[in-house]
Amino acid sequence: MTRFIIRRLAGLIFVMLGVSTMTFMLAQLVPVDPAANALGQNARPEQIEAYRTKMGLDRPVVEQYLTYLRRLLSGDLGESIRTRRAVLLDLRDYLPATIELAMASLVVSLLVGIPLGMWAAINRNQWNDGFARVLALLGGSLPVFYVGLLLLGLFYRQLQWLPGPGRLDSTLNPPADITGLFTVDSLLTGNWPVFQNSLAHLILPAITLGAFSTAVLVRMTRSAMLEVLAQDYVRTANAKGLSYRTVVWRHVLKNAMPPVLTTIGIIFGSLLSGAVLTETIFNWPGLGRYATTSVTSLDFPAVMGVTLVAAFIYPLVNTIVDIGYRFIDPRIQSE
Amino acid sequence: MELSAPRGFDLWRRLRHEPTAAFGLAILLIFIPLALCAPLISPYDPLFQNISASLTPPSADYWLGTDKLGRDLLSRMLYGARISLWVGTAVVLSAGMIGTLAGLLAGYLRGWVDEVLMRVTDIFFAFPSLILAMAIAGALGPSLRNALIALVVVTWPVYARLIRGQVLSLREQEFVSAARASGSQHRRIILRHLLPNTLAPLLVQASFDVGTTILSVAGLSFIGFGAQPPLPEWGVMISEGRNYITTQWWLTGVPAMGILLLVAAFNLFGDGLRDILDPRLRR
Repeated sequence: MTRFIIRRLAGLIFVMLGVSTMTFMLAQLVPVDPAANALGQNARPEQIEAYRTKMGLDRPVVEQYLTYLRRLLSGDLGESIRTRRAVLLDLRDYLPATIELAMASLVVSLLVGIPLGMWAAINRNQWNDGFARVLALLGGSLPVFYVGLLLLGLFYRQLQWLPGPGRLDSTLNPPADITGLFTVDSLLTGNWPVFQNSLAHLILPAITLGAFSTAVLVRMTRSAMLEVLAQDYVRTANAKGLSYRTVVWRHVLKNAMPPVLTTIGIIFGSLLSGAVLTETIFNWPGLGRYATTSVTSLDFPAVMGVTLVAAFIYPLVNTIVDIGYRFIDPRIQSE
Repeated sequence: MELSAPRGFDLWRRLRHEPTAAFGLAILLIFIPLALCAPLISPYDPLFQNISASLTPPSADYWLGTDKLGRDLLSRMLYGARISLWVGTAVVLSAGMIGTLAGLLAGYLRGWVDEVLMRVTDIFFAFPSLILAMAIAGALGPSLRNALIALVVVTWPVYARLIRGQVLSLREQEFVSAARASGSQHRRIILRHLLPNTLAPLLVQASFDVGTTILSVAGLSFIGFGAQPPLPEWGVMISEGRNYITTQWWLTGVPAMGILLLVAAFNLFGDGLRDILDPRLRR
């Protein structure tokens, strides 16, 4: 087990090295002069030249790359051209919003996806199965951004049941910064109005972002359940007179969970990707929106920072899932 | 057990008898000719602005209504279908070819080639695909062509992994050993024995990926990193109509329906294809 964990972590370090190299190469592709871009249109040529020397942009590419890596190792992601702050500080501000949104979406997907998938599998080929499958097809084929626009139009503009874009009404102050997650922080500080408001703000974006992953979970749970339902030990359990409820909960669900668990790990990565679109629509101040504005303004230090962090989270989650898997299911042995 | 591809006619017959696949296929058989014939059947020029007819609801003159510049939505939808189908197939074909080549080499040659190629795919898999695609499209400059390049870059590793896995199990099979023993050259073994046997899972994956690509292109275009206005791309159309979603629903509803139908068609088709090609998974 220890060897497995060490090997996975070593793999993770290699992947991170590759990811940082790739983002560095990507930044070199930009056809715009980064110095001129940073200083704006009114900069004089000698100012641009001075900036170039200061930032080391006049050095050979290989040297720039090594400097970049060295800085990276000490946790320095550079300075954003647009916000003129350390990228790390920017990310620290934006990341919690995305984590809060991704968690909320995951909760939505789990609460809807798993029961719906079970329901469909138990009632295979009946109307409820058909209903769940159509719903999964819709969730997997509708563009996320249209779902968001539609929910916003309906529940915010038309019916006015739920608040609009943003994390909090502008009349309220954000809670004291403990975790950066508004719902958690307001709860910890006992700030009830902010808790209610931030929770209400979360509902529509969480459903929007969670729609696709819910569809994936319905399909995965359904097929995993069907596979287990066809096993001999389930027939035995049925034959020895156990109630249907016991069979499903004790025998089927438990054995159908491992593939579903893997799917949840994969879903987390897709949530980060999907967050770009959802955050744009809901004006959600998270990593996705930071990425979009940074790419638009060709702020490549910031873009490199975001991609690096995003690319770190995904394999990290998968490594954790893989390790967790081995604890849950002892049949899986290290190769 | 390996997946084996039934020969042409048989596959066609079984596709028609698989309800989900048949349904997906039917939608595709409606969309593809419409998209191909867009210049012939479009009632208007998709870029022609008729301000006096701006925001007309669906009517006899304008079957799907008009947008705020008075452009005919039906014509824009037909041309949009062309763009989506073209981008979807172009991305999947290019990514499929690159990935298949890499997967064949990695699986057949093993050793350091395999190790290097697989570590490279690891790196690509680590990126959330939309963020990487956005960064690439941003670096190259936002356009439909660059979005296409970006999506090829994020899609090919899927095929490399898939084909490598297939080849790894195939190369241990007797017909490959026999070919090797009878003195066949590497190239012949790869092209005649390995490649044809990887086609079935390749086809299934490709079908799903065309749908995913159509969604991604629409998403990239929606946030401004793909097709640019006035191009009648569906994501662009939804973005242009976003402020009218509660008042003039057709501006966003019609292109969203187009995306939904086309993507669902590819998903259903892929599902059906998988059931046919791999009977063990039939549910």
